[in-house]
Amino acid sequence: MSLAKPDATDISNKQKIALAIGIIGLFILTLALFNTNFPNQGLFLTLALGLISVGIVIYSRDAYLTKLEGIKNDGVWFKSISSRGVWGWIVGVILTAFYIVLYFFPKYLGLGTDGTENTGLIKLFDPLSKLLSGRPASQWFVYGTLYTVAILAFGYKFILKYRHNRYQQLRTGSVMFFQLGFAFLIPEFMYVMNNDLPYYDLKSIWPLNYYIFDEWSVKGFLSNGNIGLALILFGIISIFVITPILTYKYGKRWYCSWVCGCGGLAETAGDSFRQLSSKKMSAWKLERWLIHTVLVFSVVMTVAMIYTYLGYDKNDFWLTRSLFIALVIGFLSIVFAGVMLFKRKELGKDAKYGAIAFFIVISALLIMHFTGTTKNIFYIKAGTLRSAYGLYIGSIFSGVIGTGFYPILGNRSWCRFGCPMAAILGFQQRLFSKFRITTNGGQCISCGNCSNSCEMGIDVRHYAQKGENIVRSSCVGCGVCSAVCPRGVLKLENDSMKGRINPTEILLGNDVDLMDLVNKK
Amino acid sequence: MEEHIVIIGNGISGVTAARHIRKLSDKKITIVSSETEYFFSRTALMYVYMGHMKFEHTKPYENWFWDKNRIDLKKGFVNNIDTDAKKLHFTEGDSLKYDKLIIATGSKPNKFGWPGQDLDGVMGMYHKQDLENLEKHAPSKEICKRAVIVGGGLIGIELAEMLNSRSIPVTFLVREDSFWNGVLPSGESEMINRHIKNHHIDLRLGMNLKEIKSDKNGKVKSIIIQETGEEIACNVVGLTAGVSPNIDFIKDSNIETGRGVKVNRYLETNIPDVYAIGDCAEQHEGINGRRPIEAVWYTGRMMGETLAQTICGNRIQYNPGHWFNSAKFLDIEYQTYGWVFGERGRPEYEKHFHWKHEDDTKCITVAYHKDTNHFLGINTFGIRMRHESFDTWLTEERDVDYVMNHLSEANFDPEFYSHYEADILSAYNKQLQTA
Repeated sequence: MSLAKPDATDISNKQKIALAIGIIGLFILTLALFNTNFPNQGLFLTLALGLISVGIVIYSRDAYLTKLEGIKNDGVWFKSISSRGVWGWIVGVILTAFYIVLYFFPKYLGLGTDGTENTGLIKLFDPLSKLLSGRPASQWFVYGTLYTVAILAFGYKFILKYRHNRYQQLRTGSVMFFQLGFAFLIPEFMYVMNNDLPYYDLKSIWPLNYYIFDEWSVKGFLSNGNIGLALILFGIISIFVITPILTYKYGKRWYCSWVCGCGGLAETAGDSFRQLSSKKMSAWKLERWLIHTVLVFSVVMTVAMIYTYLGYDKNDFWLTRSLFIALVIGFLSIVFAGVMLFKRKELGKDAKYGAIAFFIVISALLIMHFTGTTKNIFYIKAGTLRSAYGLYIGSIFSGVIGTGFYPILGNRSWCRFGCPMAAILGFQQRLFSKFRITTNGGQCISCGNCSNSCEMGIDVRHYAQKGENIVRSSCVGCGVCSAVCPRGVLKLENDSMKGRINPTEILLGNDVDLMDLVNKK
Repeated sequence: MEEHIVIIGNGISGVTAARHIRKLSDKKITIVSSETEYFFSRTALMYVYMGHMKFEHTKPYENWFWDKNRIDLKKGFVNNIDTDAKKLHFTEGDSLKYDKLIIATGSKPNKFGWPGQDLDGVMGMYHKQDLENLEKHAPSKEICKRAVIVGGGLIGIELAEMLNSRSIPVTFLVREDSFWNGVLPSGESEMINRHIKNHHIDLRLGMNLKEIKSDKNGKVKSIIIQETGEEIACNVVGLTAGVSPNIDFIKDSNIETGRGVKVNRYLETNIPDVYAIGDCAEQHEGINGRRPIEAVWYTGRMMGETLAQTICGNRIQYNPGHWFNSAKFLDIEYQTYGWVFGERGRPEYEKHFHWKHEDDTKCITVAYHKDTNHFLGINTFGIRMRHESFDTWLTEERDVDYVMNHLSEANFDPEFYSHYEADILSAYNKQLQTA
C-alpha cells in the first residue's frame, strides 16, 4: 500500500515557531562547539538551554492542549522522525557522533587537558559548573546538564501527552525528580561539602554503576571517614537488600521507569521512538543471550577487579582474596540452588542455560583464584577486563548504541539488550515478584496497539489474546500498553504470587465446561 | 493419510479453529482467503490509517508461525462448493478437495440500494481493500474536502475517528435520533452524541441518505439527505449501516442458508462435514437471548474454540457464557457485561440505575430485575471494569445491591486513577430512597 505522508501530520504554525526557538538554542551550542567566544558565557548558556526548553514547552502545549484528552499517536508511523525516515536517520547519526566524541574525543568539545582552560562547548558550561560546585565544567558536566534538560523538557511533553493518565504523570514526575536531584544536583553539592569523595549518583546501582567498586572509587570512599563508609555501604545495600525488596513488591518498574536515569531519558526524550523496537521472536532470542552475557561479564569483571586490590593476609584487611572468592561463590550457589529448588518449573527449558551460565561463572572464578597473580588474572593484565568492560559495555553499548540509535532501534535497546542491572531485576521479576500485567478476561481484540507501543519489544498481544497475564523479565512497567489499549484489557498490578502465571487456551466468556476441560487438564 | 480440514476465511474465527485443531490433532489444515495472505486483526485496520501502526503490526502471528504449525495458507476466491464431491472450485480455475469444511467468511458491509452506492469514492470499512480504497480517496484534507458517513454504529464512529485523525471534515448521518440508541440506554447514547460533537464532527441525528450524486467521471460529488433534501458536497461516502453474512458464493450450493449459513448448536450445517462459524453463521434460534447472527470478534473466537473440539472428536455444543462486549467511541472506552438494553427491546422487568460523572466522559448503567433485584448487566463508559468479576457475579446470580457494594473490586483502571465507586454508591442509595 502506498502511504504518502498525510498532510494532517504537518505541524501547525505555532509548532514551527517553537521548533525555530529550539533550533536557535541548539545553534548557540553549535557555535560554542566551534569555539565562538561569547562575551558573557553565563548569559549565552542560559539563553541556549532556555530557548531549547521553551521551544519544547510551546511545541508540546500546542500539540496536546489543543485537543481533547486521550491517546495521541496519530501519524507516528507517518512522521519521518519517528518511523526511521530521513529525519530519524539524521538525528540518529548526530546523536551517535555526539556520543563518540563525548566518550572518546572530549577535547573536540573543548575539554582543557593538563590544567589548561576549557574552550568551546565545555567552556560555555563553566559558569554553571562553578556556580554549583566551584570547579570548571568537564565533558560529563556538559553531558549531565543536557541530559537533565532533556528529561525535564521532554518529561513535561510526556505529562501533557498523557494528561488523562495519572500513572504516566506520576512516574514521569518521578524520573524528572531523580534526574534533577540525585543524578545532577546532589553529586555537585556533595563535591562542595567534601571534594575528595568520588562522584556518586545514589540511585545508580551496581552493576549499572560498574565503577563503584573500582579501586580508586572504594579507596575514595574509605579514605573519607564515616560519610564515605556510609556511601559505599549504601551502594552494597542497594543491590543486595533494597533492590530485592522493592522488586518483590512492585516489579522492576520501581527502578527502570520510576528512578533510573537511562530509563528516564528513554521514557521522556525517547518516547517518540518506542514503537521502533523489534517484536520479532528472533529479537527476543538475541535479547536473552545478549543481556545475560553482559550480566555474566559484569559479575566476573567486578569480582576480578575487587580481587586484584585485596590482599592475601587478613592482618591488612579482614576481607582477603580467599575469603572474598569464597563469599562470592557461596552467594551465587545459594541463589542458584534456591532457584533450582523452588522455581525449576517456571524456568522451563531456560533452567539448562541458567545452569550452564552458573557453572561458567563459578569455574571462571576458581580459575582466576588459582592462576591469578598480583599482576595478572586469567593470564591477562589486571585491569584489562575492567577497561574492556568500560569501553565496550559502559561506553559503546549503553551510550553510543543505547542512546545514539534511539531513532533506529527504539528507545530502550540498552535497557533491553545490555543493561546488567535490568537483567538482575528482570530475573527476580520473572521468578519472585508480585508484579504482573493482568489481562481482562476475554476482552482482547488482538489489535496490536500494546505490542506496537512496547519499548522493550515484548509482544504483549501474544499474551493478551490468550487471556494470559504478562510476566516477562524484560517488562519495565511503563504502562503504555495499558494506556493505549482501546478495550481496557491490560492493568499493571501488584498482587499475590499465586495464579500470577496463568496460561490459558480458552478465554473467559465461552462455555464454562469447555474452559474447564481445556484449561485445567 | 490424515483428514484434510479446509477453512474458508482467515479471520479470527477460522484462525482460532485452525490453531485449536492443530493443538488437538495432526490433521492436515488449509486456510483459504482471497483478502490477504496472512491473518490480521480486522479491528486494527483503523489504526493503520491513523498512523498508530503499520499494516504488518496488525498481524498477530509472525509469518513463520503458519509453517511451523503446519497450517497451509491458500490465497484464492471460492467460486462454488461442490458438497457431493467435497470440492471447492476457485475463480482462478483450480480446485481443492476437503474432508471437512469450515465456512468462516465473515461479513460484508450492508448496502440498501441507495442510488449511487457503487460510485467511485463510496466504500464500507471492513476489508483490507476498503482501507486501501480509503487511502486512495481520502489521503488528506486537500484531496478529500469532506466525507459523509452513513450509519451510526461501531464502524461508523471508527471511520469518523479515522478521518478526523487527518483533519478531514466529517458529516455523520445517523438514522436514529441519538447515537446507537438501539443498543445503548439514552443517558449513555446522549453522552456519546456530545462527545462526537466535541471532536468537531458534524453529527446529524435522525437523518437518512436519499442518494449519492456523481460527477462526470463517476466519482462521488455530493449526497442528498432524505429528510431535509439538503445536498452536502463530499469526496468520500462511508457506508457503515451494519454488516451481513458474506455468503453469496454459497447460495447455489446445497448448504442451507438464511441471512447466514444455517447451523445447529453444534455449528453443523445441513450437509455432513460442513460447518460454519463466526459472523457468517446463523443459529436457528438465538442462544440465551443472543441474536441468531452475532457479528462480534469474541463470538467468532468462541465458535472457533468450540468447533475445534467437535472436529477433533469431542462433539460439543456452542454454549457461550455470559454476554460481554467492548468498543471505543473516540476517546471513551465502553465495556458491557451481561444484558443492558436500550429503549428498544427492553424487557418490562429490566430496570436501570444510571450514573454519570460531571466531566461528561464517564458513566455507568446497571440493569436489574425490578421484582427480584437480580443483577442483569452493566454498561461502563470511561471506567475500565474486570470481566471476571461480573462473570462471577452473573453466575452467582447476585442481586444489584451486592454488585453496587462490591463495585470497587471490579475496577480495572490503571493505578493512581481516581475512583468513583463511592460516588456511584451514594448516588445509588439516594435513588433508592427517593424511588
